Amino acid sequence: MKLTLRVWRQRTPEAEGAMATYEVDGISADMSFLEMLDTLNEELILAGDDPVAFDHDCREGICGACSLVINGEAHGPERTTTCQLHMRSFRDGDTIDIEPWRAAAFPVVRDLVVDRSAFDRVIQAGGYVSVPTGAAPEAHATPVPKADADFAFEHAECIGCGACVAACPNGSAMLFTSAKVNHLNVLPQGAPERESRVLDMVEAMDAEGFGGCTNTGECAVACPKGIPLPSIAAMNREYLRATMRGR
Amino acid sequence: MSDSNGHKEAMDSAGFPPYTDYALGAPVTDAKAPDGPIAERWDRRRFEAKLVNPANRRKHTVIVVGTGLAGGAAGATLAEQGYHVVQFCYQDSPRRAHSIAAQGGINAAKNYRNDGDSIHRLFYDTVKGGDFRARESNVHRLAQVSVEIIDQCVAQGVPFAREYGGLLDTRSFGGVQVSRTFYARGQTGQQLLLGAYQALSRQIGAGNVELHPRTEMLDLLVVAGRARGIVARDLVTGRIDTYFADAVVLASGGYGNVFYLSTNAMNSNATAVWRAHRRGAYFANPCFTQIHPTCIPRTGDHQSKLTLMSESLRNDGRIWVPKAKGDTRPAAEIPEDERDYYLERIYPAFGNLVPRDIASRAAKNVCDEGRGVGPGGQGVYLDFADAIARMGRAAVEEKYGNLFDMYERITAENPYEVPMRIYPAVHYTMGGLWVDYDLQTTVPGLFAIGEANFSDHGANRLGASALMQGLADGYFVLPSTINDYLARNPHRADEEGVNAEHPAVQEAVADTEDRLNLLLAVDGDRTPDSFHRELGEIMWEYCGMARTDAGLRKALELIPRLREEFWRRIKVPGTGEEFNQSLEKANRIVDYFELAELMCLDALHRAESCGGHFREESQTPDGEAARQDEAFSYAAAWEFTGTGAAPVLHKEDLVFEYVHPTQRSYA
Ligand SMILES: Cc1cc2nc3c(=O)[nH]c(=O)nc-3n(C[C@H](O)[C@H](O)[C@H](O)COP(=O)(O)OP(=O)(O)OC[C@H]3O[C@@H](n4cnc5c(N)ncnc54)[C@H](O)[C@@H]3O)c2cc1C
Ligand code: FES
Repeated sequence: MKLTLRVWRQRTPEAEGAMATYEVDGISADMSFLEMLDTLNEELILAGDDPVAFDHDCREGICGACSLVINGEAHGPERTTTCQLHMRSFRDGDTIDIEPWRAAAFPVVRDLVVDRSAFDRVIQAGGYVSVPTGAAPEAHATPVPKADADFAFEHAECIGCGACVAACPNGSAMLFTSAKVNHLNVLPQGAPERESRVLDMVEAMDAEGFGGCTNTGECAVACPKGIPLPSIAAMNREYLRATMRGR
Repeated sequence: MSDSNGHKEAMDSAGFPPYTDYALGAPVTDAKAPDGPIAERWDRRRFEAKLVNPANRRKHTVIVVGTGLAGGAAGATLAEQGYHVVQFCYQDSPRRAHSIAAQGGINAAKNYRNDGDSIHRLFYDTVKGGDFRARESNVHRLAQVSVEIIDQCVAQGVPFAREYGGLLDTRSFGGVQVSRTFYARGQTGQQLLLGAYQALSRQIGAGNVELHPRTEMLDLLVVAGRARGIVARDLVTGRIDTYFADAVVLASGGYGNVFYLSTNAMNSNATAVWRAHRRGAYFANPCFTQIHPTCIPRTGDHQSKLTLMSESLRNDGRIWVPKAKGDTRPAAEIPEDERDYYLERIYPAFGNLVPRDIASRAAKNVCDEGRGVGPGGQGVYLDFADAIARMGRAAVEEKYGNLFDMYERITAENPYEVPMRIYPAVHYTMGGLWVDYDLQTTVPGLFAIGEANFSDHGANRLGASALMQGLADGYFVLPSTINDYLARNPHRADEEGVNAEHPAVQEAVADTEDRLNLLLAVDGDRTPDSFHRELGEIMWEYCGMARTDAGLRKALELIPRLREEFWRRIKVPGTGEEFNQSLEKANRIVDYFELAELMCLDALHRAESCGGHFREESQTPDGEAARQDEAFSYAAAWEFTGTGAAPVLHKEDLVFEYVHPTQRSYA
């Protein structure tokens, strides 16, 4: 197929960006979206232009590196990561807009690459269990009810891609933060730090400049891993509980 | 002559003459493994190791390159012990290391099933699975430590699969007879990595680990015979900096991407280990690579990577190709008696469950005969029709639903209705930097852990054992053994005059800058990817699933020619002082060329078949890999002597006191 791509180009974090238009031809339906961009980049290099910068690594939908807004939707039209989107989702002659995540807390690094280190700092604030290596008790000493283990897993599936933030009109990181809080807070291993974890992570989240949550639900729609929207309400309950109890 | 002159010379039209020869150096006689009963060796080593006074640890800086299972675990643990850790990864976040993609599970000799498992059995299975090309002492320690890993991960909140009673579930994996594989649905690597990442994050938050994401190590600093730091490039600004330390740990993963197409992450690379090799660290068994039989076949030249489908599919799927060559009918129109269920035919006892290498080679053989299916005839069917008829669709969906969905997303074919197509792909590299029992390389103060080293899997890795090894090295082994080195070498880098002005440091920085500038200056007419793809094709053809003397010699002729062309025709746009992904790629390819040559030489010199290394000249009458223990029961540790120059081979003889070598048979 033949496509028209309108791609966000921005050389440096400080530079002004703009959309640039490119034509690509010979795109097969079996290509992944990123392989389509590879094709464009090969042509750009040979033409003496700078290829389009974008983040990617595993191309299997698990590392969370890929991060494109495609035709206005985080990760594009299907509920998956950009790297798992295939060109068969598009038609010959389509015009496709490709932009980076847009959020105050995710400044653009170059073209389609953004800085998501704010997520790491939210985790550093409390998204862990304080258990130094070697200090662990025998694994079977504490059984975990299967329902709790499954609940924890469902939230632990988050890949930290940031689609939730990109999709949110407020640039809020509530879904990301709640996924980690819920994963650890439901487990007996996470219980001793239950209050401090949620208070510290929410504080860090606010300090990074993520917006507030107004319950639009866009985050959960964009999430390629299906982190459920009620996750946010569950975190709010944890937060309330923690403020009432104090640390 | 500085190393970079090697690249300048490479640009001369003369290039380098191909080499197929090597010099034999002194054998490696001391791998530092303690003697005595094998079960007591690790305790003994830990007892004999010197310790660093906790109060002094803060003064020592340790560099850790990599944040995968091995690096993430090591960085967190060293920081907990009180060391000052400076850590690097090329991704934007440590949480994205390639370990995240592991699906199947992690082995541990917990014997929760009471099914006869034990540390000794895991040790035995691993030595045997590695086709008797690993060091017994290391493997035994791995099996011992495995039980602590599960405890540690559970305490961190890793959500392993559980049963209704609340206890951990396990499954059997990779053809072993006990159920010792712990898992978290199909995302075990992700969950284990997030556990390590969170432990690391805690230390970053506490100021004990200084993290440099999007920063790539481009050289190792060796001063007065010791590893003293690294040269690294900030991938956002392009700035090249030096970082100094009292010990350096490489946890940079495997080198499967030499083949261009593999199941590795796109940016996984060999630069850290290769640059360390050029600075004196021996590289061991580079030809030991693992090819996984169940991957989704490529669809065309645009293919950028290959996706693994869990091996568990072979438990219920039946593998077949048409009996006739060039049969292009859709699978459904090929009658039963015109199908060849070749694994069931050749290996009636094991059928579709033969080990990875055998299944892979058999698929290649039928495709080479012209009986492959799908685009380009590079595929075989993995058919669930019988399983659906036997178990019912719901049961198949329950067991494999997520894999079927993944397959359908990528291929747009519904595996409930048409058989899956699969083909083997490069998956894992058993070779890596040579390390002793302490995981120290031949450069004092340089350690290698995880897939970056060669230590535990011999010539073939068992399923679910890489995660175990990465975490064993990172949480338990390295943090213990590195103490001994630092206690015996207490002088810090700065106390020994290691700084940016030191001539060895300046030489390494200039070398890196020269290399990058040269890549930018050629301004040729071929892209980095085009060279990488061509190198990969050579490697896949001649150093892939089946290797021959003639083929390897051919590859050793083609690779230097391609390298020479690379330095004439490479085109890297942009500058070095900016975010430049083409420059990153091109620079990694420079190292792939040299590593590829060493892999081929290693494969050529090892005229036996063993594990993942199959030499057509060395097979049993029924086509199985024939090991030649008398001639080749050693680890091959290669010493670098210069680009395009014949390396020196140092042999470490392998002694088997506990598991006696036998020939595998699956017929
Ligand atoms: C698809 C797939 C499935 C798998 N499934 C399983 C399984 O089920 N069970 C199992 O046991 N094993 C499995 N494996 C193997 C296993 O995942 C890997 O061997 C293991 O995770 C490697 O871990 P590591 O820590 O050594 O390296 P990696 O996880 O590869 O990490 C490498 C790190 O080094 C960094 N790095 C590399 N080079 C540089 C540089 N020059 N400068 C700075 N940083 C650098 C990277 O940024 C990264 O942080 C699988 C592998 C694949 C590909
Ligand atoms: S590249 Fe890893 S999730 Fe898309």
